[in-house]
Amino acid sequence: MTAPLKGISASPGIAIARAFHLAHERFIPTQQAITDTDAEVGRFHLAVAVARDEIEVIRSSTAERLGEDKAEIFEGHLMILEDPDFIDAIALKITDEAMNAEFTLHETAQSFIELLQSMSDELLRGRAVDIEDVSGRIMSHLRGVPHMDLAGMTEECIIVAKDLTPSDTAQLNLEFVRGFVTEIGSRTSHSAIMARSLEIPAIVGIGAAVQQIPAQAVIVMDANEGIVLIAPTEEELTAYQDKKQKNDLRRMALSKLKDLPTLSADGKQVELAANIGKLEDIQRAIDNGAEGIGLFRTEFLYMGRSSLPTEEEQFTSYKYALEKMNPKPVVIRTLDIGGDKELPYMELPKESNPFLGQRALRLCLDRQDLFRTQLRALLRASRFGNLKIMFPMIAVLEELLEAKQLLEEEKQKLIAEGVQLADHIEIGMMVEIPAAAIAADLFAPEIDFFSIGTNDLIQYTMAADRMNETVAYLYQPWHPSLLRLIRFVIQAAEKEGKWVGMCGEMAGDETAIPLLLGLGLHEFSMSAGSILPARELISQLDQSSWSDYANQALTMRSTQEITQFVEHTRNGVIHHG
Amino acid sequence: MVSQSFTILNPTGFHVRPTKTFVQTASTFPCKIFVINKGKRVNGKSSLSMLTLGIAANEEVTLEIDGEQETQALEALGKLLTDIHE
Repeated sequence: MTAPLKGISASPGIAIARAFHLAHERFIPTQQAITDTDAEVGRFHLAVAVARDEIEVIRSSTAERLGEDKAEIFEGHLMILEDPDFIDAIALKITDEAMNAEFTLHETAQSFIELLQSMSDELLRGRAVDIEDVSGRIMSHLRGVPHMDLAGMTEECIIVAKDLTPSDTAQLNLEFVRGFVTEIGSRTSHSAIMARSLEIPAIVGIGAAVQQIPAQAVIVMDANEGIVLIAPTEEELTAYQDKKQKNDLRRMALSKLKDLPTLSADGKQVELAANIGKLEDIQRAIDNGAEGIGLFRTEFLYMGRSSLPTEEEQFTSYKYALEKMNPKPVVIRTLDIGGDKELPYMELPKESNPFLGQRALRLCLDRQDLFRTQLRALLRASRFGNLKIMFPMIAVLEELLEAKQLLEEEKQKLIAEGVQLADHIEIGMMVEIPAAAIAADLFAPEIDFFSIGTNDLIQYTMAADRMNETVAYLYQPWHPSLLRLIRFVIQAAEKEGKWVGMCGEMAGDETAIPLLLGLGLHEFSMSAGSILPARELISQLDQSSWSDYANQALTMRSTQEITQFVEHTRNGVIHHG
Repeated sequence: MVSQSFTILNPTGFHVRPTKTFVQTASTFPCKIFVINKGKRVNGKSSLSMLTLGIAANEEVTLEIDGEQETQALEALGKLLTDIHE
């Protein structure tokens, strides 16, 4: 038996089929002297024109099948065909050096490919594939060899290739192609992005080992794990067929939920949002059916650099996020730095208890210059979407009032400057210090929403650092003390007609979700990948019954009792109810 | 010849879409247009050459424009460099 090959899972799923090796013929032309250079240039321009017509066709069919944004890759290809440093340069070189078109094209394309492949930016390295794609197409027309036609497949297969060019991927005949496995590539390469939007399994970056896959051999690809099995045994085959069937059913069920509201079995609606830590996460949130951004961490704007970000830089990022999500809400949390998150250029003093020290809003109220810059950027971006501003680490009412006061001052200044702002911006606060949870009724009239930050709230409630192995056992999300705090916050908010969200690991945890739904949580914010499974789970839960179960859980004495109770009840309700 | 420096604000740097807009605009002017970044100087009418600069967010870019309509070109392209946010 051959050892399984391991790569990067670019698009999840399981496929079992024969391997189809897509050999992009590596044609290396030889140099030949040309006497009639005008005719040679003419031949080159003709090949370019035919390539352009083909790409136009692929562009419009991709736009139809996958949408305008996916078709944009081919706009890029058309751009290459008009590039003076590429096309004109080749024509000029053919004339100047009296060299054949194939060789000149190969040389020029290669020099750009090498330049791009040497770049540190992964996205730019990916552009090298575009040049390979386009020049390969021109080359095949120069040689009178038709371009490999992936649309013309007739048998179920898994494509095995060095890499798939964008035009390969766009032309895959999904009736027969079950998945693809490539030697190079990353999660952000074109082929990976395309595979995710086509929803076919893909494993990329396996390395030279792909050549071990014999042509026409039956292979199993488990793209959930990034594994390829060559010539599987009978048992392996049966096991994977079973796994694939379950996986397919689940994927189908989940993908149907993408654009649906989140409703419990008895019709109570809640909102599932995504936590994001960089701008690139927004697309993933959208792809996973997020109903908003529940936590936009702004720290990425401040980290990995040598000075504070300007108002303009921040404005640009906030505007981008708001426009991209519009009209869905985006909850942006003001800077949460200090504690364990350091910014070397700010030279913050070392503290003996950083988690109990001057971090997040405490730091911002002290360093008003940097806080006001962020508030101005947020306010200016507000008119581009549905912005909600959230303040972290509040312990006492005075902190909230001061933060709101500073926000109001910046707002008035901007209005005086004639800057257009959103008519209304909801203001919220994180509940992550027990003092704020216990006094939630005092805070509620002053805000539009609470968002419970469970990671810190649990640590502060239990007085236990979850990274400290000796006390990590005290990090118990569904301990009665936590549930009581959560219930109290929700009740206090509801009395004032305000909403409560939760961001943190607990909101996406399948054991906690039934209790949180029962306690009346309005918004759950989690990592994008957890959203669809959570939506499915909630659709199977009865909110009013879980409200009763949550009340029962609150009378229990330990995490263990509660966990057992939840699991028992869930199984009973879902499978036998 | 005219020349001026600009800072790129686009959070994702200067990738395909902004490059396309830039090159298309540059191509409408008859003058020679050069883009300089990190000591490299390339043809502003070539998207491939522009990509090889690998311009990232917050970086400074200098335009050097020579020939007919150079001031108009500088104004139009400078505006693009600072305006392009996506």
